[in-house]
Amino acid sequence: MPINKKPHNNISPAVLKKMYITMLRIRRVEEKIGELVRAKEIICPCHLYIGQEAIATGVCSALRKEDYVFSTHRSHGHYIAKGGDINTLMAELYGKITGCSKGRGGSMHITSPDIGFPGSSAIVTGTIPLAVGVGLSFHIREKDNVAVAFFGDGATNEGAFYESLNFAALKKLPVIFVCENNLYSTHMNISKCLSDTRIYKKAEAFKMPGVCIDGNDTIKVFEQAKKAIDFAREGKGPSLLECLTYRWRGHVGPNIDVDKGLRSEKELKSWMAKCPIKRLEAFLMKQDILSKSEKEKISKQINKEIEESLAFAEKGSFPKANELHKYVFAKDLDTKNLGKRI
Amino acid sequence: MRKLSYVKAINEALHQTIEKDKNVFLIGQGVISPWYVGATTVGLVDKFGENRIIDTPVSESGITGAAAGAALTGMRPIVMHPRMDFMYYAMDQIANQIANWHYMFGGQVNVPMTIWGIINRGGEQAAQHSQAIQAMFTHIPGLKVVMPSNPYDAKGLLISAIYDNNPVVFIDDRWLYEITGDVPKEMYTVPIGKGAIRKKGKDVTIVATSWMVQKAIEAGSILQKDGIDAEIIDIRTLKPLDETLIFKSVKKTGRLVVADAAWKTCGVAGEISALVTENIFQSLKAPIKRVTLPDTPAPMSSVLEKAYYIDADNIVKTVKSLI
Ligand SMILES: Cc1ncc(C[n+]2csc(CCOP(=O)(O)OP(=O)(O)O)c2C)c(N)n1
Ligand SMILES: [Mg+2]
Repeated sequence: MPINKKPHNNISPAVLKKMYITMLRIRRVEEKIGELVRAKEIICPCHLYIGQEAIATGVCSALRKEDYVFSTHRSHGHYIAKGGDINTLMAELYGKITGCSKGRGGSMHITSPDIGFPGSSAIVTGTIPLAVGVGLSFHIREKDNVAVAFFGDGATNEGAFYESLNFAALKKLPVIFVCENNLYSTHMNISKCLSDTRIYKKAEAFKMPGVCIDGNDTIKVFEQAKKAIDFAREGKGPSLLECLTYRWRGHVGPNIDVDKGLRSEKELKSWMAKCPIKRLEAFLMKQDILSKSEKEKISKQINKEIEESLAFAEKGSFPKANELHKYVFAKDLDTKNLGKRI
Repeated sequence: MRKLSYVKAINEALHQTIEKDKNVFLIGQGVISPWYVGATTVGLVDKFGENRIIDTPVSESGITGAAAGAALTGMRPIVMHPRMDFMYYAMDQIANQIANWHYMFGGQVNVPMTIWGIINRGGEQAAQHSQAIQAMFTHIPGLKVVMPSNPYDAKGLLISAIYDNNPVVFIDDRWLYEITGDVPKEMYTVPIGKGAIRKKGKDVTIVATSWMVQKAIEAGSILQKDGIDAEIIDIRTLKPLDETLIFKSVKKTGRLVVADAAWKTCGVAGEISALVTENIFQSLKAPIKRVTLPDTPAPMSSVLEKAYYIDADNIVKTVKSLI
């Protein structure tokens, strides 16, 4: 299916407004992190999600808390959209024990298991099979939950991606494969990586639905995600959503990287003109779902949250050196009642 | 002699071998990026073109296998992995195909390729962007493994690896990249399978790999001031291991410390230690000690990184515990 430009408006105003808030929260958090990385306050490598907010938000807004989401090295947006706490995110980036991964993981390895966010991985494609496994678990245990794998265009170059698509389709597992095609895999344009850059087409080979969406259109993302999620909940199997988008910053860190000969300022500007947040904002205001004063209130509230998250991060302690080996193994199961011991 | 950095030494080895031999080519992620894999691949594409300097999609398994396939036809590919952590995806090709091919077919077909893996750690990069997995390759029959610790060896061992008729895993550490040293302009080889003595001594033998050789040299001068005369061996090749050099030294000193900045269990340090006890146990005046990383994934927080990584200090303390 090519990009569908039909108008749309069957989502409740409350959900729409919430999506707007989530996107703005992601944007502001990422901008702040960018500043802190530049100031060398944050040391761990941070891959910013600025420009791609509509995808995490649109998909996660169509999920339940019990549904699972897996993320990548570019993880903050997915975490926030699934409902992750920004205090513990910020503390993690500072390497504090109050961080969501207790200062062991950093930006590329954040987690919030209680809300269906078991973790993000820095190995490209690494979490796609895991999402399939979560789908398998839901399938075995006859739950109507779904698993989402977020990944980039670059991830579709690894064999594990195709193995995962096939197995999920073969077993009709409740998995949504969400490819955020931002046109680049580190320094490489997608045209230098894929013989056929229409990623959604790969679905056809596995007999699963595949759609290409304007990834900067939050409503469209939500609608298509909802469709795929319902399909999966009904036991009909996985879907592949290709969301076209663009990262405004370089691959890693706060810079825009237009001086490296990899992408042009013109290209960046043209995508910035398609800002997913401005777009949703304009829609909400036109529909009288969002007023000017409300908009200001939201903006202030988010700034306050971020200030608080920084204070929270600051206040936390660093791990103690003698706790280096803590968490290598999980605590033993109490096997007393498991039956006869051999 | 001319001084060159470790990075430039690698770069020069690549330029010279690719220029000299039409069968040599370089393939891997980032060989044509503005960062040029820490500047090791600067200038190559301009000189040799995209036919022989091949940047690739993220497909470690497929690309490593493809390089091996080219090697089966007599080419001498260099497949570069910008981080060892990403090599697990290529492990099947390396361990099942590449390492076994020559033996499995009774020596009729060989795989003359260089598998270049880079250790890139520190800076809070955490568990999946920090690994030094030399032991995994050293474990596998059919692979040779080299780890140069200075610019001279980086160039000489890379050229040796490229011209070896077997698959050679060439491992460098980004922490070594800015180190400078004497490097001849012309092409030369450093023999695979031969270690080198970096400092003569009589009280204790320190065998070290890669980055830890630099740390052992530092430790050696600290110890000297305290009246301990350490002999420092840069093992250079992990497989085949220069046992003769190690045995000769330990027979003289009676004490051995092995320093390898990788996990302890089933590591290179453990292997060297076992060889010494098996063969020259009688020469030992003290237990053999290992200075390695703990059996823990790389942490993120700087505080934990500091506790995790090892330094000259760890070697000094360990040596002193034996004397
Ligand atoms: C197995 C593996 N190979 C290489 C890398 C280095 N790397 C990190 S991110 C990345 C590009 C990923 O591109 P894409 O999937 O499109 O995600 P994006 O960064 O665009 O969000 C690469 C090659 C890695 N992390 N893991
Ligand atoms: Mg991408």
